[in-house]
Amino acid sequence: MLEELSARQLRDKIVRGEVKSLEATESVFERIEQRDPVVGAYICICKDEALDKAAAVDRRIAAGEQVGALAGVPIAIKDNFCTTFRETTCASKILENFKAPYNAGVVERLEAADAVIVGKCNMDEFAMGSSCENSALKQTVNPWDTSRVPGGSSGGSAAAVAARMCYASLGSDTGGSIRLPACFCGVVGMKPTYGRVSRYGLVAYGSSLDQIGPFATTIEDAALLMNVIAGHDPRDSTSVSEDLAPVADCLADLEKPVEGLKIGVAREFFDVEGLHRDVEQAIRAALKVYEGQGATLVDVSLPHMKYAIAAYYLIATAEASSNLARYDGVHYGHRTANPKDYIDVYNASRAEGFGPEVKRRIMLGTYALSAGYYDAYYLKALKVRNLIRQDFIKAFEQVDCLICPTSPEPAFRIGAKMDDPLTMYLSDIYTIACNLAGIPGLSIPCGFSSDELPVGLQILSGTFTEAKLLRIARIFEKETNYHNQKPKFIETKG
Amino acid sequence: MSAKLTEDQVRHVARLARLNCTDEEIALFTSQLRAILDYVAQLEELDTTDVEPLAHCLPVHNVFRADEVRESLSNDQALANAPQRDGEYFAVPKVLGDTSA
Repeated sequence: MLEELSARQLRDKIVRGEVKSLEATESVFERIEQRDPVVGAYICICKDEALDKAAAVDRRIAAGEQVGALAGVPIAIKDNFCTTFRETTCASKILENFKAPYNAGVVERLEAADAVIVGKCNMDEFAMGSSCENSALKQTVNPWDTSRVPGGSSGGSAAAVAARMCYASLGSDTGGSIRLPACFCGVVGMKPTYGRVSRYGLVAYGSSLDQIGPFATTIEDAALLMNVIAGHDPRDSTSVSEDLAPVADCLADLEKPVEGLKIGVAREFFDVEGLHRDVEQAIRAALKVYEGQGATLVDVSLPHMKYAIAAYYLIATAEASSNLARYDGVHYGHRTANPKDYIDVYNASRAEGFGPEVKRRIMLGTYALSAGYYDAYYLKALKVRNLIRQDFIKAFEQVDCLICPTSPEPAFRIGAKMDDPLTMYLSDIYTIACNLAGIPGLSIPCGFSSDELPVGLQILSGTFTEAKLLRIARIFEKETNYHNQKPKFIETKG
Repeated sequence: MSAKLTEDQVRHVARLARLNCTDEEIALFTSQLRAILDYVAQLEELDTTDVEPLAHCLPVHNVFRADEVRESLSNDQALANAPQRDGEYFAVPKVLGDTSA
């Protein structure tokens, strides 16, 4: 019974005293013990701290105290959020034993909302990947088909929610790292506007692109998490002040449909090589659902979308090569055992500590920024980024949102793309432009392929319109039942 | 954008990035980075002469704060993850006075 509840429903029952947080949290750990040996979503679990926190929330409720918006609800976080209570590994050998001296801003916010943090989830190393296979620590599988990837980079956070090993989770999204695994795992995942959520204590990958966001089983839960994590943090200078962009209450009008909803559909969305027939059918059917609810479909054009992956892999890797320069074997992280000299402390520690994809991206980014290539690659990519952003600005003058697939295909098989980095990069074809343009985007389950794998619908909207974006998604969720489907694996595992 | 990437260029990039690479890694990265650079070469199709580069999407430029003394990490906290430490310092191999360095 507890397993069927959404985060919001569980929170309400806990607050009313109908369910103890301790009971809910213990049942989550039972499910983790049963299911995670197969799924592999968690890098670590925080059982003692979680049970203590749950019991404390129960005591406060019994004493009639006010409790927070996530009171007693078991939540998971991606292992690139700094925490004082457990290592922050980024699924990398170089940070395997790193214990942060402070908590990330979002971790503080979860704790202030009385959430119960149950564990930290697997990911592609340093959030670089689309399948979670680049983790140096473990393999996470897709709960819908354990021979397939959960998507990446926040694959553990998505799989943990899909396998009901937490009620919701947080991940980070630099080029699709929330939306793609949400799509592959059949859950809701949302990347907010760049600057809406504090990145303080989020281990940096591509600093002009990274953004933290929620995974949930329902749109309402995603809205609930947004309410908890959104807002200004002076410790992140890219977190936007609330004078400039007031934080909307995402729950307040969630049930209110958007009047005269106009949905932009770009011809470029269906002109993507490798677009799976089942995905296209599911998206077209979803558009029909919206039309049935009175929405108007508008043809729009995003002529520069097809350049997004090329621009992204120059910009993100350039930023990564700079951000990851801090792993020097001196201040924290892995240090080589027998350096030849002080330079070798850097060279060997980094060679031993980083996995192949991280090295590849550092190399590509270093090349794009190096003398003689800066203008041709990095600067060119920043200009194309501007063109991509202008496409979106123009589109949102005409429409409330854009709708397209989250991924051209459902979850692929483990190992299928590991030998060819470029093919892996192309998995992000639908998600990546959103990060370059800084706009919010969301993936919601919208059907299944013929082999019973979830298909995700991606909805993109204008800067700082998260509340509207969630309302638009809610229209679809109300009319469909895909979000209530669960992986068969869970049913058989009990 | 350029002629084919060479293994020597990749070795140079590895030095800039402070990454020891084996010969096998250099060969593999050369072929993989070539494929990626061939792909990103499509950006050349676009005329961007009059386009401003966009480094980030925020409607803000400089962010200032009051210059006030605030609590920060203690020495012990800052050094807690040091692979090697010498009292209040991070310890590294000798940098000066070594003719080979």
